Amino acid sequence: MNDKARLGILAILSAAIVAIFLFANVEGDWSYVLERRSIKIVAIVLTGVAIAYSTVMFQTITNNKILTPSIIGLDSLYSLFQTFIVFLFGATSLTTMSRNVHFLLSVGLMVIFAAFLFKFLFKREGQNIYYLLLVGLIFGTFFQSVSGFMEVLIDPNDFQALQDKMFATFNNVNKDILVLAIVGVLATIGYSYRHLKFLDVLSLGKEHAINLGIEYDHVVKRLLIVIAVLTSIATALVGPITFLGLLVANVAYQVLKTYQHKWLILGASLISVIALVGGQFIVEHVFTFSTTISVIINFVGGVYFLYLLLKENKSW
Amino acid sequence: MVEVRGVSKQYGNKTVIDSVSLQIAKGKITSFIGPNGAGKSTLLSMISRLLTKDTGEIYIDGVEIGKCKSNELAKKISILKQSNNINIRLTIRELVSFGRFPYSQGNMTKGDWKYVDEAIAYMELEDIQHKYLDQLSGGQRQRAYIAMVLAQNTEYILLDEPLNNLDMKHSVQIMKVLRRLVDELGKTIILVIHDINFASCYSDYIVALKDGAVVKEGHVDEMIASNVLKDIYEMDFHIQNVNSNRICVYYA
Repeated sequence: MNDKARLGILAILSAAIVAIFLFANVEGDWSYVLERRSIKIVAIVLTGVAIAYSTVMFQTITNNKILTPSIIGLDSLYSLFQTFIVFLFGATSLTTMSRNVHFLLSVGLMVIFAAFLFKFLFKREGQNIYYLLLVGLIFGTFFQSVSGFMEVLIDPNDFQALQDKMFATFNNVNKDILVLAIVGVLATIGYSYRHLKFLDVLSLGKEHAINLGIEYDHVVKRLLIVIAVLTSIATALVGPITFLGLLVANVAYQVLKTYQHKWLILGASLISVIALVGGQFIVEHVFTFSTTISVIINFVGGVYFLYLLLKENKSW
Repeated sequence: MVEVRGVSKQYGNKTVIDSVSLQIAKGKITSFIGPNGAGKSTLLSMISRLLTKDTGEIYIDGVEIGKCKSNELAKKISILKQSNNINIRLTIRELVSFGRFPYSQGNMTKGDWKYVDEAIAYMELEDIQHKYLDQLSGGQRQRAYIAMVLAQNTEYILLDEPLNNLDMKHSVQIMKVLRRLVDELGKTIILVIHDINFASCYSDYIVALKDGAVVKEGHVDEMIASNVLKDIYEMDFHIQNVNSNRICVYYA
């Protein structure tokens, strides 16, 4: 079976699972139910594509298949921002604050942080990309410690409300934010589309890429910003969910035998949609909302991560 | 012609290349020799823009490399480093096709595939061209990488220790191919090489580096002489003519 056939099967599977999600157990007013579910589906597809796209790019740039963009600390910054708001204004502010403002602030903050980090990195020429990851990792840990500190100080009820924000969920996405997110993701993907052909060459490593005429620093800087924007939008939309990227990117590498990124990204996006819609369906119909999708993703992802580590271990 | 003018490079406070100037002639094999840490690979990397230089200028056919678009440069000069760890699973044919990227930008035309086929044929890899890189022996893999550089079809080819980890048979095979590239296709090849006898038998011109500076450069006959080599390596060499090649004996 060749890659096109596999992609076809993935596409059919994701269409089928979306259809099941939309039409299963519809009771009462069809138009109301369908509208609610469609919003969820759009949010899921958007998040899935953004996460898959950014993770595959990130892994190619870093030449490492067990990293996700969360290593540069964007998730922790998001958590810190939520904690900080609750710490200053109390938990009610999270619910009363305009969702649009909240979304834009979260995205803005993460993008500014990433831009600052990259500027710092690329100021010195020829800096190793792993240096960036280390700096990001340290910042991430710092953000986590600060939010941990604030969390022990706040009111336990506030903490409860805060904790809900720390798990990804598709249950409270609204239409206005969704429009903003769609515009953001489409604009970013549109911008990065012409860089896509460089990804195949970048996967050979830095030296081969330069030898083959790629302006390495220029291209990598832009791709990193694209990754940061996509990750920020996805995180601000539904919560920290970058672990999903690890899962779908590696499944895509296993299912598809190609090295070409246009197919890898498409495959990872489809797998992402299947995983998220399937996961959300389980959350709604099996657990009847007693858990969130990120718990399921983290459980499945964690098991898969261990499997990857053991397998890599064996191949040496 | 490649012209290096007053090029220096520092890592932190350590000067690894100290104001080096040299000219490398077209249509010849030029070997960089010298002890470990002399700065041979660093110089090669700077000529091929993998590393930036701190001061000085490098001209390739009269154009400074910093002023040239990277993609244009990729059609003129190619480099192969000694360690090539590729993280993705590629067949030889796929790898070689990457050599066409400066021309095709990912959209391979019939003409591009013709170059790929020629490069594979030149390196005698037709039988195994659909094998994956991780199934190959060291010699086959090195030939595959050289085929990729050939497909890039540049006038200048820079190789950093191309014989690293190869046995005698494969080393000779690769050096013969390089010789043919120069004699038949008129390429200019610059090598970093550790085995002094390979440098002696196959190159036209030798540049000796030590502590970041050129200590001596010249034609093979003047360079492979016991007093010159003693200056470079600080050990004794006996040089003998075997079948009109100058062979150094230094093992005991």
